[in-house]
Amino acid sequence: MASTATLAPPHAPAAAHAHPTGIWSWITTVDHKRIGILYGVTSFFFFLVAGVEALLIRVQLAVPNNDFLSAELYNQLFTMHALTMIFGALMPLTAAFFNYIVPLQIGARDVAFPRLNALSYWVYLFGSIFLNVGFMLPLFGGDAQAPNSGWFAYAPITTNQFSPGFGMDFYVLGLQILGLSSIMASLNFIITIVNLRAPGMRLMRMPIFTWMTLITAVLIVTAMAVFTIAVTELMFDRVFGTNFYNLRNAAGQVTGSDPLLWQHLFWIFGHPEVYILILPIMGMISETIPTFSRKPLFGYNVMVFSGVLIGWLGWGVWSHHMFATGMGPIADSFFALSTMLIGIPTGIKVFNWLGTMWGGSIRFTTSMLFSIAFIAMFTIGGISGVMHSAAPSDLQQTDTYFIVAHLHYVFFGGTVLGLWAGMYYWYPKVFGRLLDERMGKAHFWLTLIGMNLTFFPMHFLGMFGMLRRTFTYADNMGFNEMNMMATIGAFLIAIGTLIFAVNLFTAWKRGKPAGHNPWGAATLEWSIPSPPPVYNFHTIPVVHSRVPLWEKNPAVADVVEHDPESSEFAEAEDEDEGQGQGSHIAVAGVDLGEVPTPRDKNRMSADELGIHLPPPSYWPIVLAMGVSAVFIGLIFRRVDGPLHNLWLLTVVGVFTVILSIYAWAFEPGHSPHH
Amino acid sequence: MKSVTTPGGLPGARPFRRAALALLPLLAACGGGGGGGTDSHLARYPQTTFRPASEMAEVQMDLFNVTLWMGVAVGLLTFAAIGYIMLRYRYHPEAPEPKAVHGSTKLEIAWTLAPALIVAIIAVLTVRAIFITQPEPPENALTVRAIGKQWWWEFRYGVPGGDTVVTANEIHVPVGTPVQVLLETDNVLHSFWVPQMAGKRDMITNRVNRLIFTPREPGVYLGQCGEFCGASHALMRMRLIAHTPEGYAQWLENEQRPALEPADSAGAVGLGKQLVTKGACAGCHTIKGTPAIGRTAPNLTHFGRRRTLAAGIMENNAENLAAWVANAPALKPGSLMPAFSGPGVAGALTPEQISYIVAYLQSLQ
Repeated sequence: MASTATLAPPHAPAAAHAHPTGIWSWITTVDHKRIGILYGVTSFFFFLVAGVEALLIRVQLAVPNNDFLSAELYNQLFTMHALTMIFGALMPLTAAFFNYIVPLQIGARDVAFPRLNALSYWVYLFGSIFLNVGFMLPLFGGDAQAPNSGWFAYAPITTNQFSPGFGMDFYVLGLQILGLSSIMASLNFIITIVNLRAPGMRLMRMPIFTWMTLITAVLIVTAMAVFTIAVTELMFDRVFGTNFYNLRNAAGQVTGSDPLLWQHLFWIFGHPEVYILILPIMGMISETIPTFSRKPLFGYNVMVFSGVLIGWLGWGVWSHHMFATGMGPIADSFFALSTMLIGIPTGIKVFNWLGTMWGGSIRFTTSMLFSIAFIAMFTIGGISGVMHSAAPSDLQQTDTYFIVAHLHYVFFGGTVLGLWAGMYYWYPKVFGRLLDERMGKAHFWLTLIGMNLTFFPMHFLGMFGMLRRTFTYADNMGFNEMNMMATIGAFLIAIGTLIFAVNLFTAWKRGKPAGHNPWGAATLEWSIPSPPPVYNFHTIPVVHSRVPLWEKNPAVADVVEHDPESSEFAEAEDEDEGQGQGSHIAVAGVDLGEVPTPRDKNRMSADELGIHLPPPSYWPIVLAMGVSAVFIGLIFRRVDGPLHNLWLLTVVGVFTVILSIYAWAFEPGHSPHH
Repeated sequence: MKSVTTPGGLPGARPFRRAALALLPLLAACGGGGGGGTDSHLARYPQTTFRPASEMAEVQMDLFNVTLWMGVAVGLLTFAAIGYIMLRYRYHPEAPEPKAVHGSTKLEIAWTLAPALIVAIIAVLTVRAIFITQPEPPENALTVRAIGKQWWWEFRYGVPGGDTVVTANEIHVPVGTPVQVLLETDNVLHSFWVPQMAGKRDMITNRVNRLIFTPREPGVYLGQCGEFCGASHALMRMRLIAHTPEGYAQWLENEQRPALEPADSAGAVGLGKQLVTKGACAGCHTIKGTPAIGRTAPNLTHFGRRRTLAAGIMENNAENLAAWVANAPALKPGSLMPAFSGPGVAGALTPEQISYIVAYLQSLQ
């Protein structure tokens, strides 16, 4: 790397590389940190979109026989709420953390393929917008035609015979675009984590968040591949007239298609997807809980292996979504037992988090509150999950609100609360300023109370016979009060989320300065300034421990005594890092100690330090446009009238893809102005 | 949508189940287990899963109770541990820095075995229940074919002599006899669910599924489609009517008869018959013994005896029926039955004609 430094002009303006600004710099960026921020902002936007969809659903269900929404619009909204939350908000939000945090945690200067990283982001952005185009059709005088058959989209309701509109086209095409993005991003992370770790960071020294990212990325690559098969088959049925799922062929003859094929393919993807959404969060709170308990993670090895085990077992449980399809007692028993098995490593994780907190000195920052709430709420979701594994009793619960309750305790009580824990924790690293703790506490309590008010009664609704995916319910079923409670709870969550949004926005300019390590945390990302310089580490650190920053912190000297590996510790740049004049910082009334002021070296540009960074490139966004055009053109293939000819966009897209890959391959590996 | 009365409940819940229901008052909205003559829980929640009325549903409920109580115990312990830790180990300035403990093999083994033990208990009970609830059909079983439609149910009974009784949205069965429901669909997926009888079983295109249960007590049991099936999935409801064996025999005998002829062919009923059997209705509906032999919509031969209409969403009375005939899609979004009245409808029926049709349909006892 250093050899390329000779290319740098001796007196290049420092600012040019350190802080490029302007929209163009964001469009062409290949910096993992900027891409992480882009991911974060975009996915938070889609989180709000999906949240508004949830509120509309709750308004419709607040009272019986309501006609606030039409049946058709309701079906579009519950479908898009799931799709947007999963593919537009939660997965990319975890990707935002992967992007920003993982390279910092492993002591790398960027991901392995920075341009591929940019490409994943742009493909994700275009795919998410495309998926929502159905809702924009009223702007052009049509009816809203977003996907309307549920995110699970069980054939054959998704075929042209039963879904003649464009809704399911947006589904099959949009999800292929998003699948591409996820697979590309995940390959990048796997390769980054395997290859770019700092010297000395053995696999079993990696921070748990990085570990869980690695497992998640492997799951995404494999699961998305299966889903792509299913969606491609459905696309061929809808666009080209094949008969994987069509009940009747073009001549009207019965085809003998098997809807269960779709269900198996979907859930072979769909169940690992659950772990794709929860494992990164388990990683996050395995970082926050030790930090705020002032204790290293209890049972690190067990935490790693239980994560691997959850990911592995996650492949063998998919048919527990299909107990009602009549697979027979042998298959039912197998999938019931394999599902129960997953409860064991999950329980182990919970116990180890409690073990970490036990004997600690717990600081109840907002991040820690969200982390603890994660444990509690996820435990509820996990318990109802084990209850569902009892196949015969699941037959009464499946497709009822009991499942809606269960999945929201996992995805909201788990994924979302954990993401917010991560957000309060790492926001200072990303923007150099702390989120406001008072607003944070308000956000926390509104969210926690709101979610329990919304989702806890749903357990009872389900057991009392209320089915999910129903746009209304009769007046005399006993569902009225609990639905009203749920709607009130949803609006509490909305208020909390608004406060959070304000907090995120105001802290960006006006938050308290964070310093390197506001929480006294142990991992490498906290050893560099906040926000980090464009090259992350001016000197690549040498790692001798799982908790590198606690090795030299006298306040937690015990760590050193108890860690068999610690005696070897010495950080390479330690000698010239000096602590300088620091300032004390307090969070939640707790003095977190002296914050070191960065020395000049961290303010130097990459060129001055002789660090080679990948130059910006516009080919990722061009390629992403090409990829999107391929799929968008296919929509118009089914449109009548003059717009039909826009299917040629597909051809344009194909050529754009070929051209951009060619240009990409021959793009110089250093800045063009050199 | 009008209320439909549900008959009083089953004899008092067993203590175990009543204990399970004791959890429910956690929510003010929930009524506890009833017992005695009127079952307040069932009256309040007519589609509840907490009042099994067949062995199948009871096995499912018992298993649910086991998992529920184990789950509640684990949850309470975890919550107590979290609460204790939060109080006991909260930061205060004088506290020494915590000792760095990296783990404990003994503890790890302990908290691997503890959940494994719980899971093992649930596993044994689950596998046992799986095999109990999926038996081979007994020889004396009554077989009913149930075919899911968008958005209603067709029920077909084979009767001696090779005839077939076809009805819709109300499945009639005798108590005390195992009922084998063969589940089919010729369109999208549906799921057959009458919570008090059995858990869901899907209706899957190009397959035949099976559900076997034995109703215990005569009564009307609510059910609903469990698998998302399109615009009006929410409005695909049904009734299971369990008769005494004698009552069932009477019902079946009546169903085998052709439709009643109007007493006066020039009266409202007779005019209604003209409209129904010679008009658009006949294209889709069958009324046995008349020229109406359509196959795509519910069989109306004994429509007047049904309690509800439009797949259980409304009481079957003149007012509701008139509204349905006039504009079905307004009551059931996406309904294949078109509007026959109102602006923009070609050859719209007059209110008078609709009243004849209603009179005829109600006469079909």
